[in-house]
Amino acid sequence: MKERLVFEISRKGRVGVSLPRCDVPQDELERLIPRRHLRKNLPLPELSEPEVVRHFTRLSQLNYAVDTGFYPLGSCTMKYNPKVNEEIASLPGLTRLHPYQPEELCQGALRLMYELGEYLAQIGGMDAVCLQPAAGAHGELTGMLIIRAYFEHKGQRRHKVIIPDSAHGTNPASAALCGYQAIEVKSDERGCVDVDDLKRLVDEDVAAIMLTNPNTLGLFEENILEIADIVHRAGGLLYCDGANLNALLGVARPGDMGFDLLHFNLHKTFSTPHGGGGPGSGPLGVKRALAPFLPVPVVVKQEGRYLLDYNRPLSIGKVRSFYGNFGVMVKAYAYLLSLGPEGLRRVAENAVLNANYLMKRLKDHYHLPYDRICKHEFVLSGAKQKKRGVRVLDIAKRLIDYGFHPPTIYFPLIVNEALMIEPTETESRQTLDRFAEAQIKIAQEDVESLRPAPHHTPVGRLDEVTAARKPNLRWNQ
Amino acid sequence: MRYIPNTDEDRREMLQTIGLAGVEELFSDVPLQVKLEAPLKLPSALSEQELVEHARRLSAENVNIDEYVCFRGAGAYDHFIPSVVRHILSRAEFYTSYTPYQPEISQGTLQAIYEYQSLICQLTEMEVSNASMYDGASALAEAVLMSHRVTGRDKVFLSRALHPEYRQVVRTYLQGMPVKAAEIPCASGLTDIDWLKRKLDDQVASVVVQHPNFFGLLEEADEISQIAHQVGALFVVSVDPISLGILQPPGAYGADIAVGEGQALGGEICFGGPYLGFFATREQFLRNMPGRLVGATVDSEGRRGFVLTLQTREQHIRRAKATSNICSNESLNALAATVYLTTVGKEGLREVALLCLRKAHYAWREVLKLSGFSSLFPGAFFKEFTVSCPSSPERINQSLLKRKIIGGLELKRFYPEYPNGLLVCVTEKRTKEQIDGFVKALKESGEQQ
Repeated sequence: MKERLVFEISRKGRVGVSLPRCDVPQDELERLIPRRHLRKNLPLPELSEPEVVRHFTRLSQLNYAVDTGFYPLGSCTMKYNPKVNEEIASLPGLTRLHPYQPEELCQGALRLMYELGEYLAQIGGMDAVCLQPAAGAHGELTGMLIIRAYFEHKGQRRHKVIIPDSAHGTNPASAALCGYQAIEVKSDERGCVDVDDLKRLVDEDVAAIMLTNPNTLGLFEENILEIADIVHRAGGLLYCDGANLNALLGVARPGDMGFDLLHFNLHKTFSTPHGGGGPGSGPLGVKRALAPFLPVPVVVKQEGRYLLDYNRPLSIGKVRSFYGNFGVMVKAYAYLLSLGPEGLRRVAENAVLNANYLMKRLKDHYHLPYDRICKHEFVLSGAKQKKRGVRVLDIAKRLIDYGFHPPTIYFPLIVNEALMIEPTETESRQTLDRFAEAQIKIAQEDVESLRPAPHHTPVGRLDEVTAARKPNLRWNQ
Repeated sequence: MRYIPNTDEDRREMLQTIGLAGVEELFSDVPLQVKLEAPLKLPSALSEQELVEHARRLSAENVNIDEYVCFRGAGAYDHFIPSVVRHILSRAEFYTSYTPYQPEISQGTLQAIYEYQSLICQLTEMEVSNASMYDGASALAEAVLMSHRVTGRDKVFLSRALHPEYRQVVRTYLQGMPVKAAEIPCASGLTDIDWLKRKLDDQVASVVVQHPNFFGLLEEADEISQIAHQVGALFVVSVDPISLGILQPPGAYGADIAVGEGQALGGEICFGGPYLGFFATREQFLRNMPGRLVGATVDSEGRRGFVLTLQTREQHIRRAKATSNICSNESLNALAATVYLTTVGKEGLREVALLCLRKAHYAWREVLKLSGFSSLFPGAFFKEFTVSCPSSPERINQSLLKRKIIGGLELKRFYPEYPNGLLVCVTEKRTKEQIDGFVKALKESGEQQ
């Protein structure tokens, strides 16, 4: 099914909107705005309303989505997005709010933010939470800026941030954006931070270590207490990338492991939909000593009223306008209230159970580089298949033919031909079994049958080399 | 637990397959010292019905801007959203999908982003647009960082007439970078061009203005652009996309980077987020751009398709050397903007802009007829204007609230130099009757005092 571009559907004179007639004096445009400021022409498309609806509905049908099938994308926690949260987030009292309307007219919204912050602090073992960051990487940036401000306040200049070789790309990118030198620490043969390598790297110039726990191999950092001790003794801080928090809900808290900062991904752990790439929300939790540096405003509660506190002299400032992705916060808040403490623990248990079950079912058919209990995800290697000329990309594309979204591939970078699988707790055993059967069948298939995959999609494999070499990034007449 | 399909029996059998005796063995790698012994201290679970009731109560503790008439803008705008936008956005195939890393099963999102990029280019007359940034303020901060990368220079000039929160965000983003921000003062509410001419030198990476600016006034963008280019600085402009229905686009006055807040394009006002940062520039800077890009290409049978492209700029490939750390962006908001621009189209956007312009000017004239209210700045404006009030703007706004009107923003919140200033916003949604009611309420607020 091919769908034309809106520009190709457009016909001169069509309109898709009916606007109210002008009920105030219709002054000549040039009397209000000097001619030099006026544009000569506006080249936007022209479509009627039914054409618009059909176009975008047809486009939507070209997508795979959580609501249409299993999405075992490692590191992304593609769990079910509860419908009631969408309904709540569209209540007029939670959507039709101006961010600068007086505090007395938005007490419900401020209360929601205050309580969400408290809940997240409790879940992560943190003392204060800022909801402003718009995504995980934005939370990392905020955290790095707070670390910088903290050391500056103490009169210390530190230049390095240690990051494992298995880390998400955002970690080194966020550190670099704050002027830090990203130093790589190796992983050991068990897939965790190599403690000896860490000891060698830690010195008085290290501001922090950024860790994901469980890490991107889906493994719990077994030596986390020793790592915390090493870094803290050198005066450094521990930053936790909370992308993988789903595995630990109600089981253990990063704050208790020695982490000083932690960002949450509301669009992963807390069930808010990804929207095809956003909006997310990346609240940042910190320990007490770092709280004075959080962005403004902070929602505070005084005598039963909720207020926005801007008077925080040590604050780093702001990382975006207003207060953050409020609409996303509403959905995460609703999710937390639906689950409660027992429900959250059930989430972690089932996410980890599903991952271990799937790992067990697949490990005889694919190489499993780290064969031990995993947490919410695990990483296989297509090394065996590669010997027959099959690449992990081919395996991923073939899975599409079986009706599944492929896992994350070629990440983490420390595993050759990596296939990173995260089933989440919202999948049934039957789905996992069907997926395992497809993966097992594909493990035996030869190059000739895999290379043309996927077979039944609107387009086949696309020429990405030409796309990058001769970029065509916009429609031209 | 209705979101978890596994039954106790499933769990038992699955554990058996794995070879474990109980669920707790799945966590044997977590040190005992950090294992939680008691449940988290959180409210106990609500049923769906209880949850909805609780949320309705919270919602009712807020006054929404359909109950009160809103004359406040300042970066968040109450524009009309055609019903089509919400319907398309509520398609689960769009909102429950991930970043389109597998193009064969993500053509819907990818084509929509390609259309979004094309529409932003049409609107701004810039050559390339990315797939979106978090919001207008962070898009501006990214633009400033890009100007540093492109020029290698370490000073930036920010107009004092930029949204104060945007200036603050830029300064926050620069804290770890070897770049200093200086503020261009205002003269009559406009970026002071004489000051700029005197102070600008060849160490400046970019000159940054908002147009229309925070006070609603039209900047001499063409002239500022030329002045910036004379010393080799980039001209960065933050624009209101609705204003581009009638105003000169950034490409026409030589902007090097055009950014802005796209919330006005079909996005809910939603207490400040999620919003949409748009980001467009010239082709020559393509490889220095932050954020995702979608490109058109073909498959082996020659069929047109769309892919994420030029990813070597991005964090997941380039890591510490990436042009930005951004990963998740505001894709669904970009889709809203795409549907909005397609629906209102060429004539509609111009019409929306004209309605805003005429209604704002009607309101401005009527307010100035009141005794004690005067114009703060003489310049031409679009949909927002400033007035000087005869008494404290807080007191006036308090009295408006009793008439269910949210008045303009008190300027002294950000500009102590204008203690009596009020920034009023009038969009196409405000009717003559509402404007007249607003003016009458302003008049009576004076009479009460």
